[in-house]
Amino acid sequence: MRVRTLEDLLAAKKRGLVTLYPQKTKIMVGMASCGIASGSRVVMKALKDETRKLGLDAHISPIGCIGSCYKEPLVDVIQPGKPRLTYANVTPVKALDIARSLEGGKPSLDGLFTRIERDENLVEDTKVTIADGPEGGGRPAHGAEKHPAAKEYASVPEFCDVPFFKQQKRIVLRNCGIIDPDNIDEYIARGGYFALHKVLTQIPPEKVIEEVKISGLRGRGGAGFPTGLKWQLTRNSPGSVKYIICNADEGDPGAYMDRSVLEGDPHSVLEGMTIGAFAVGANEGYIYVRAEYPLAIEKLQKAIKQAEEYGLLGNDILGSGFNFCVKLSKGAGAFVCGEETALMASIEGRMGEPKPRPPFPAQSGLWGKPTNINNVETWANVPVIMARSGKWYSEIGTEKSKGTKVFSLVGKINNSGLIEVPMGISLRDIVFSIGGGVTDNGKLKAIQTGGPSGGFIPESLIDLPVDYERLTGAGAIMGSGGMVIMDEKVCMVDMARFFLTFTAAESCGKCTPCRIGTHVMNDTLTRICEGQGKEGDIEFLEELAQTVKTLSLCGLGQTAPNPVLTAIRYFRDEYETHIKEKKCPAKVCKRKFTPEEIAQMKAEAAKRKAAAAAKSQTVTGEGPAAGAVGKKASSQAKAEKKDAGKGKD
Amino acid sequence: MQEKVRIKIDGREIAVDKYFTILEACREVGVHVPTLCFDEALEPYAACRLCVVELVTKGTKKFVASCVYPVEEGAEIRTVSDDIARHRKMLVELYLSRSPNAKRIRRLADELGIKEPRYKFDKSLTHNCVVCAMCIRACSEIVGAYAIGFSGRGMKKKVEPPFHRGSAACISCGTCTTICPTEAITLQEIDQVKTVHEPGGAAGVGAGEVSGVAAGAGAEGVKGGAAALPGAKVVGSVPGSRATPCAVCSAFELIPVPPKHYGKWLSEKLSGKGE
Repeated sequence: MRVRTLEDLLAAKKRGLVTLYPQKTKIMVGMASCGIASGSRVVMKALKDETRKLGLDAHISPIGCIGSCYKEPLVDVIQPGKPRLTYANVTPVKALDIARSLEGGKPSLDGLFTRIERDENLVEDTKVTIADGPEGGGRPAHGAEKHPAAKEYASVPEFCDVPFFKQQKRIVLRNCGIIDPDNIDEYIARGGYFALHKVLTQIPPEKVIEEVKISGLRGRGGAGFPTGLKWQLTRNSPGSVKYIICNADEGDPGAYMDRSVLEGDPHSVLEGMTIGAFAVGANEGYIYVRAEYPLAIEKLQKAIKQAEEYGLLGNDILGSGFNFCVKLSKGAGAFVCGEETALMASIEGRMGEPKPRPPFPAQSGLWGKPTNINNVETWANVPVIMARSGKWYSEIGTEKSKGTKVFSLVGKINNSGLIEVPMGISLRDIVFSIGGGVTDNGKLKAIQTGGPSGGFIPESLIDLPVDYERLTGAGAIMGSGGMVIMDEKVCMVDMARFFLTFTAAESCGKCTPCRIGTHVMNDTLTRICEGQGKEGDIEFLEELAQTVKTLSLCGLGQTAPNPVLTAIRYFRDEYETHIKEKKCPAKVCKRKFTPEEIAQMKAEAAKRKAAAAAKSQTVTGEGPAAGAVGKKASSQAKAEKKDAGKGKD
Repeated sequence: MQEKVRIKIDGREIAVDKYFTILEACREVGVHVPTLCFDEALEPYAACRLCVVELVTKGTKKFVASCVYPVEEGAEIRTVSDDIARHRKMLVELYLSRSPNAKRIRRLADELGIKEPRYKFDKSLTHNCVVCAMCIRACSEIVGAYAIGFSGRGMKKKVEPPFHRGSAACISCGTCTTICPTEAITLQEIDQVKTVHEPGGAAGVGAGEVSGVAAGAGAEGVKGGAAALPGAKVVGSVPGSRATPCAVCSAFELIPVPPKHYGKWLSEKLSGKGE
């Protein structure tokens, strides 16, 4: 089944279109991690059982995550002559209803979330009218009229009209939630591997790098280094053996962009890596995935196997004579291994510790050879850039930040999920238009971007356009793309402490500012949270944070103080209330008492008890009543003692 | 003929070997840059961050670890500035809070005028070890024994033989103890150690019998002193030296180790010559 020529690729595309838009009932279930967590496995089983029982000839296929995780489990159905219909929050019982309505040829209108009339094929710049079946592919992208079948479902909002999707521009997520990630034909049917064919047959490596430079693509792992320049440096480094690495060690709390891409569209990463390898002159690549992503690893393993069978990985790719193989390397649960030099040490089997730069990985990386390392999202962008041209890509986004960025919206937000938006979109659009606002009609307090390396952006900066420079200017960073929404019930001291606890535990311990500095910051924040803060703590924190930021060896330490610095910069009054009034304005932090304070409270309680006893003696004299009062006082003291004990826990 | 590059250190213009690191250049002209994890005989590790200097190239200023950063034509280096002084002071304060009993750290703190650290560790958490990895690097790079390594991460990182047990790879040479800047590492006996070789005795070193002898960074029950093990006699504490077993009496003696010119080694490697 080797694919050698363009004709072979077109034949595979034809096969893919048949399964993508079959001439019979097709049921798709969102089976990425988010879907499975919401119960899509049970839904899948119910659908399979019911269709078998009904004798319904249906093609049931698992798909990745389309982004609207808050609507999971999602079930999509396509019937000949009808648009693709998406059901949200499907329970096994609802699944039975859907299956029965499909048997009658009239998909149920109950629980419909959206309908898709035409699938956009971004790589080929065409739109496929779903109702036309496999022959509908390749219609011009613009000016095509809506299919008449739409009237039947006119009350259901169309995909591009749903607020959650309206402002999105899906480049990296182009196939997520559309194709079956286990079926390489469906990826090819959506224009996949055609960019690779174009590159290998028509474009010399230097031109490929030139195109990526024109696109203005910057590293999506967080730091935003220009990708084309990185490739150039690796290509120019002397040496015959070079490596390509895909960094899929996504560890930020609340971030899952890479996971979704790997689970929903692994081939896009493989194609991007192959193009990159051709450009820099590498013949071997590694994908470093964290072991906590078992499903992503499974999908990648399948994808690599399929690509090898098709001859799209391995020797003599597409008959061009170019060789490239990809190996999987699993991380062992260290956050610092997302740092590129530590990651390479981990692949080599050594301790995951960062190394000083220079030498840069482009000069001396994996096993001392020139190595080009990029993030999952960066790689997934590459095939589209090569297919559509760098100029097309550079027209999206802002002056210095081109293209789109995938964010995971989590926290106190109504529409939590995965979104891909053009750079330069305002935070307000992300939170309120796409995200649907704060949960329970709460008031937005801050947005945390970039995970433990990022910072808090206060509500007052809600109109800030999102790009690399502006986020950095606000004290946060773009980071890998986690976006945590916080409402008024969140304490900023506690939040900063949360992230510092994380970085202090994940610091590799190699360099001192990070090893001791994060620990000390974490401890100081804990003290402030517990009402034991003292004058000068804020200044000490600021000074220490600056030192850790400046002196640390790698990105982990250099960015670890960001949550503290931004929290103090924008929410200083909360820190002061904690320290001076020993109170948490958001009522989150629990006061903890020192042994001295507890002893003092005990003494006061005893004093009160004695005073009460003395009072009762003088008022009623000796008698049974006095004993009762005394008992009451002592039980009160006991209760107080209990409270104090609780505080200690 | 050595090629030279012109650089500026604290305003002084000088020409130095183009393969020098900034630290080497500073030492060449007698500018003092404090270090803790640097030893000429070892590959630089860039972990202590004390040697950080300001580097100005093409109008941009950045802080770099001078022990690993190569000099480049036209570079302007500042080893003394308000920023450096402030950061270095904070850093030494961190060291002092964690290792208040280490003499070297005390001396550094005195030089910078730090009396007491503002943050204090619980006594049980203080430790002389500054995680500079000098012992580990000396063991692997100089001795070639690979008997000790790190375990844990963050504040829990410590020097240990593999699996917390006596290492058969240890030849009890004591190099790790001589090179340790803070007297944190000592030789000790673990798990029914057999006495390896009494002074003047005939038992060979390097045989399997030495198993059970290991260096542990301040594990409980450490008596201290490099000569805790009979026969493991280490003389003096000379940086850049290694202890080697004496052929005759099987005790150890120190022999000098040539310095590693990191910059030169690196540039050769990068230009492909080192392959």
